[in-house]
Amino acid sequence: MAWKAKAVATLAATVLLAGAVQARPITWARTGDALTLDPHSQNEGPTHNLMQQIYEPLILREYTGKLLPTLALSWTVTSDPTVWEMKLRQGVRFHNGNPFNADDVAFSIERALQPTSDMKGIISSIDKVIKVDDYTVHFKTKGPNPILPDQLTNIYMMDKEWSEANNTVTVEDYKAKKDNFAVRNANGTGPYSVVSREQDVKTVLKLFDGYWGKGQMPLGIETINYVTIKKDETRVAALLSGEVDFVQDMPVQDIERVQKTQGLKVNLGQENRSIFLGMDVGSADLKSDDVQGKNPFADKRVRQAINIAIDREGIRRAVMRNQSKPSGMIIGPFVNGYTEALGKAPAVSPDKAKAMLTEAGYPNGFSITLHCPNDRYVSDEGICQAVVPMLARLGIKANLVSQSKAKHFPTLQNGESEFYLLGWGVPTYDSEYAFSFLHHTRTGRFGSWNSTRYSNPDLDKRIEGLSSEVDIPKRNAAIADIWKVLQDETIYIPLHDQLLAYAMKADLDVPVSPDNVVHMKFVAAKK
Amino acid sequence: MAAADAAPNRQDTMLAFAIRRLFEALMVMLAVALIAFALFRYVGDPVNQMVGQDATLEDRAELRRHLGLDDPVIVQFGRFITHAVRFDFGISYQLKQPVTGMIAERFPATFELALAAALFAVALGIPMGVYTGIYRDNWLSKVFLTVSLIGISLPTFLIGILLIYLFAVKLGWFSSFGRGEVITVGFWRTGLLTASGLKALVLPAITLGLFQMTLITRLVRAEMLEVLRTDYIKFARARGLSDRAINFGHALRNTLVPVITIIGLQLGLIIAFAIITESVFQWPGMGLMFIQAVQNADIPVMAAYLLLVAFLFVLINLIVDLIYVRIDPRIRIYGKGSQR
Amino acid sequence: MNDARLPSDVHDPAPGKETSATGIWRHRLALFRDSDLWQSFIASRLVMAAAILTALLIGAAFLAPVIAPHDPYDLKSLELIDADKPPAWEEGGEARFLLGTDDQGRDILSTIMYGTRASLTIGLCSVLLAVAIGLSLGLWAGYAGGRIDAAIMRVADVQLTFPAILTALLIDGVALAIFKRYTLEGGKFWILVMAIGLSYWVQYARTVRGVTLVERDKEYVQAARLIGIRPVKIMFQHILPNVMGPVLVLATINLALAIITEATLSFLGVGLSPTEPSLGTMIQVGNKYLFSGSWWMVAFPGLTLALLAVAVNLLGDWLRDALNPKLR
Repeated sequence: MAWKAKAVATLAATVLLAGAVQARPITWARTGDALTLDPHSQNEGPTHNLMQQIYEPLILREYTGKLLPTLALSWTVTSDPTVWEMKLRQGVRFHNGNPFNADDVAFSIERALQPTSDMKGIISSIDKVIKVDDYTVHFKTKGPNPILPDQLTNIYMMDKEWSEANNTVTVEDYKAKKDNFAVRNANGTGPYSVVSREQDVKTVLKLFDGYWGKGQMPLGIETINYVTIKKDETRVAALLSGEVDFVQDMPVQDIERVQKTQGLKVNLGQENRSIFLGMDVGSADLKSDDVQGKNPFADKRVRQAINIAIDREGIRRAVMRNQSKPSGMIIGPFVNGYTEALGKAPAVSPDKAKAMLTEAGYPNGFSITLHCPNDRYVSDEGICQAVVPMLARLGIKANLVSQSKAKHFPTLQNGESEFYLLGWGVPTYDSEYAFSFLHHTRTGRFGSWNSTRYSNPDLDKRIEGLSSEVDIPKRNAAIADIWKVLQDETIYIPLHDQLLAYAMKADLDVPVSPDNVVHMKFVAAKK
Repeated sequence: MAAADAAPNRQDTMLAFAIRRLFEALMVMLAVALIAFALFRYVGDPVNQMVGQDATLEDRAELRRHLGLDDPVIVQFGRFITHAVRFDFGISYQLKQPVTGMIAERFPATFELALAAALFAVALGIPMGVYTGIYRDNWLSKVFLTVSLIGISLPTFLIGILLIYLFAVKLGWFSSFGRGEVITVGFWRTGLLTASGLKALVLPAITLGLFQMTLITRLVRAEMLEVLRTDYIKFARARGLSDRAINFGHALRNTLVPVITIIGLQLGLIIAFAIITESVFQWPGMGLMFIQAVQNADIPVMAAYLLLVAFLFVLINLIVDLIYVRIDPRIRIYGKGSQR
Repeated sequence: MNDARLPSDVHDPAPGKETSATGIWRHRLALFRDSDLWQSFIASRLVMAAAILTALLIGAAFLAPVIAPHDPYDLKSLELIDADKPPAWEEGGEARFLLGTDDQGRDILSTIMYGTRASLTIGLCSVLLAVAIGLSLGLWAGYAGGRIDAAIMRVADVQLTFPAILTALLIDGVALAIFKRYTLEGGKFWILVMAIGLSYWVQYARTVRGVTLVERDKEYVQAARLIGIRPVKIMFQHILPNVMGPVLVLATINLALAIITEATLSFLGVGLSPTEPSLGTMIQVGNKYLFSGSWWMVAFPGLTLALLAVAVNLLGDWLRDALNPKLR
C-alpha cells in the first residue's frame, strides 16, 4: 500500500526541519490536567496530550494529519480481509529498560478492550491479536475493517511484565482498596519519562535516554514542566511574566495583546473539533422543563427553530474573538463525510424560528436546563452565556448550569442532562467515529456519548455496516446517506469548528495540531 | 473566643481544668465527626460517584456490600471514626486517589504559606500598633490606620488580584502563580530553599496576612492606649523613667499577652482564608484542594478537610487556653478580635 | 475617633409638664440631637462621608429597577454586538453604556446597581437570619439556664471553632451537591442567605446570653415573673431592649462581613452565577479580561465593592466606639 511511502516522506521532512538542536527545558501550561496516567482509562483530549509524550501508539497521526509509523513500521491487509499484519519496530525499550515486542502489543490491546477502558469503543472491531513472532502481529477484526490503522492512533502500548508486576493488568479497578498503580505511575516507550506527578498542579517529564527516536527527530526539549493553570488570567499573566514558555489554551480575549508583546508569538490553526448543542430527543417527557406530558425537543420543528435562531457569527465575533468557524455540521472539514454544502451554517432567522416554534405548539416557548462545561473548550462558558439570550428571544428560557468538565462529562454520560454543550474531535478522520459515539443507540460499545436518547434502529444497522464495508465509494455513499438523514433530523445543533491559538516564547515554534495534541519530540529549539 | 467561657472556678486546679477542657475538645471533635460522616454518607450517592455508567446492577450491589453501606448507621459511624483516627479518609471521587495522600502532598504548601503570612502580620502589625498607640495624632499614624482600615475592609481576593496586577504583571517583580522551584526534603516539599520558591511566597503571604496584620495593629494599639492610661504607667512616668523605657519595657510587655493568644486563635482563620488566597494564586495547598472539592462535589475530600481543620482548631484552642490560664489565672477577657 | 464630647444639658422635663404628642417628640428629637451619639457623628467628617456614601450606594442599589439605564437580567435585550465596549469617555465607548459593557453585552453601570442590590439584599437577609437565630438562642440560653444553656453553648462552641467563611463554603458546597439536578437561579439566593446567616449567629447568641444572665436576676424581671408574665414576653419585652445596643454594633460589622463573604463565595464560583451576577461574580468574570485591556469590567465592580465595605466598616467602627462607655 502507499502508506509506507507517505510515511517515509513525512519522516524525512521532519528530519529536515530539525535545525541546530540544543535541548532546553520548557514550562507548558494547560487549563486542565490529564485525568490519569493510566493510558486506557480516559479517552479525553488533555489526557491524550500528556499521554502522547510518555506512551506511544503503534501508529501516530502527526500534525499535518498524516499517519506516521511509530511502534509499528508497516501495516497491510493480508489475503484474509479480516486480518491486518503489522511489523513492529525493533530495538525499542520501555522506560524501565524492558524490551518492546509482540507480547506487549497483544496485552495492551486486550487491556484497552476491557469494560472499564474508555478506549474500547474505538477498537471494537478487533476480535483478537495474534502474535506471529516477536515483531509481527496479526489483528483479527470481526468484519473487514479498512480503517483499522486510523483507529489505533490513540491506543498506547504498555509493558506486559511491568503491568503484571504492579498489579495494573485491569484498567482502574475501583474495587481495589489501593488506587490502581497506573493512575500515578507510568512506564512507556515514549520520548519522555515521568519524574514527578502532582495531579492538577505539575507533572515533570524528562527526556528518555534510551528513546528509539534519538537522532531521527528534533527532540529539542529536555525537560517538560507540565503545569495546570485553570484561571485564564493567571495563565496569561504567567506567560507575560515569562514563568511559562508555552500556553496551549490561549484565552481568546488575550490573543491580540500577546501578539503585540515583544518576545512572544501566537500560532493559529483550525482544530479537528466541532462544538455543538445536544438535546434529549428521545424521552417522552423532560424533567427540567416546564412542559407537562410531552417533550418539546422530540419535535423536529423545535430543533430546527433553535438551529436557525442561533447567531453563530455573533458568537464568533464577540465571544470567540474571531477564533471559530461557524458550521452547520458536527464534524469539520478534516473528516471524511464532510461536505461544504452540509457544513454551511444556516442563516439566522429569528422570525422564522419563532413561527416554527409556534407552529410546533409552543407560542410562549418553554424553560429548560442547559448544562455547560467551563474548563474544557475555548470560551465554553462564554458560548453558553451568549446562547441563553438568543434562546430567550425565541421564548425559550434556558437555565444555565456551568461546571467543571470533571462534573459535566459524568452528567452527560449518566444521562442526566437534557440540553448540553459538547465538543467532539474525530481522531480517525472518518465519520463512522462520530456516528458510533454520538448517533448510534446507546447500547453495548456504541453510543456512549449519545446523551440525546436518539435511537434509530435502521440507522444503527447502517452505521454498524460501515465498519465492514471495504468498497470505498460504496462506503462513502452510505456515509453520505446517513448524514442526509441526520442533518434533516437536526439531532444536534452545530455551532462552530474550533480554532486553536498556541501562545509561546518567540524562540519556540510549536505548530497547531488539528488534534490539539502536541508532540514535543518534534519541537526544535532555536538558540 | 472560647477562652471567655472557659474561666475556671476558684476551686479548680490546673489539672482539673485541663482535663475538663480536654473532654470538651473531644466532644467537639465527635460532633464534627458526626457532621463529616453525615456528609460522607448521605450527600450524593457514593456508589454512583465511584462506578462508571456501564456498571451493572450486580457491580453496584457488590460495591455497596464492599463499602458496608447496608450496615446499621452506628456501625458505619464507628467504622468511619476508626478509619479517621488512622488517617484513612477514603478515596477522592474526582481524582480517584486516597484522600490522605492528597492532603499529605498539599499540607506543606499551606503550612509554609500560613507561616509566612503570620510572620508578615506580626512583623508589621506589632510595630505599627505600637507606633499608632504611642503617637496617636501623627500623620504617619493616620496613614497606618488608613492602611489598616483598607486591610480589614477589602475582601482577600480583591487584594490578591490587585497585587498580582501591580507587582507580577505590571512590574514583573514577583511570581503570579504556583510555588516556584520546590525541593523535597524527606517527605516535605518545601519552597523555602530556593530563590524562586521564596519569590513566589511573597505576594500570597501578603494577601493572606494583610487582614491579620490589621487586626494585630488595632489590637496592639487599643492595648497600648489602655495600658498607657493606667496608674501604673503614670507612676512610672512620675518616677522619672524615660518614655522609651515605659513604652517598650512596661506597656509593650503587658499588651503582648492578649496579642499572643489572639494570634494563636487567628491561626485558624489564616488556614481558612488560605482557601481564597490559594485559589487566586493557584497555590497548590489544602485550600485549593478544598475549593476544587466544593466545586466538584467531591465529598470525601470535603469531609476529610473538615475533620482535619477541626482537629487543628480544637488543638490550637486547647493549647492557647492552657497557656493563657498559666500566664494569668484571673483570665482577663478581651473581646477585641472580631471574628470574620 | 473623637475625644471631645459636648455635655448634654437638656434634662428630662419635670413630670407632668409635657403632655402633648408633638411636644414629646420634639423633646425626644432634641435629646437625640444633643446626645453623645449624634454629636460624635457630626463631629467626624469621615464618618459622615461614610454614612452618605453608604446611603447613596444603598439607594442606588434598591432603586435600580427604576433608575438603571438597562436591565441586565433581561436576557432578551442583550446584544452580542454591544459586548466589550469601553467606558463612554474612552475611544469606542458609547454614551448609553456609561461605564462600558461586559463580555456578553451587559451595561456595567446597570449590572453594578443590580449586583449591589443582590449583594446588599443577601447581606441584610443573612444578618437578619443571624440576628434572629442568635437572639432567640441567646435569650433562651440565658433565661433558661441549666442544661439548655449548656447545650446551646456547646453548639456555639463547636461552630465557633470554625471561621465563618469555612462554614459558609461547607453549607454552600453541601447544598450544591444535594441540588445538583436542579438549577438554582432563585434557590441560590436562599442558599447563600442560609449559608452566611448560619455562619454568623454565634456572636449574637453569646452577647445576648451574657446580658440575659445579668438582667435575669434583676428586680424588675423577678417582679414580672412573680406577676405571672410569660417568659417569652419577659424575654422580648423587658430584656431585649437592653441588648439592642451591642446587637446593633455587631449587626453593622456583620453586614460588612456578610457582603464580603458573599462576594468571596461568588468569586470562588460557588455563589451567584454570571447571568444574575453580584459584585463578586462580576469581579471574577471581569478579571479574565484584565490583561486584554478591558480593565473596566473588573475595576468598577471592584471599586464599588471596596467602597461599600470600607463605608460600612467605618460606620460600624464609629458605632462601636460611640456606644462603648469605656472610651469616653
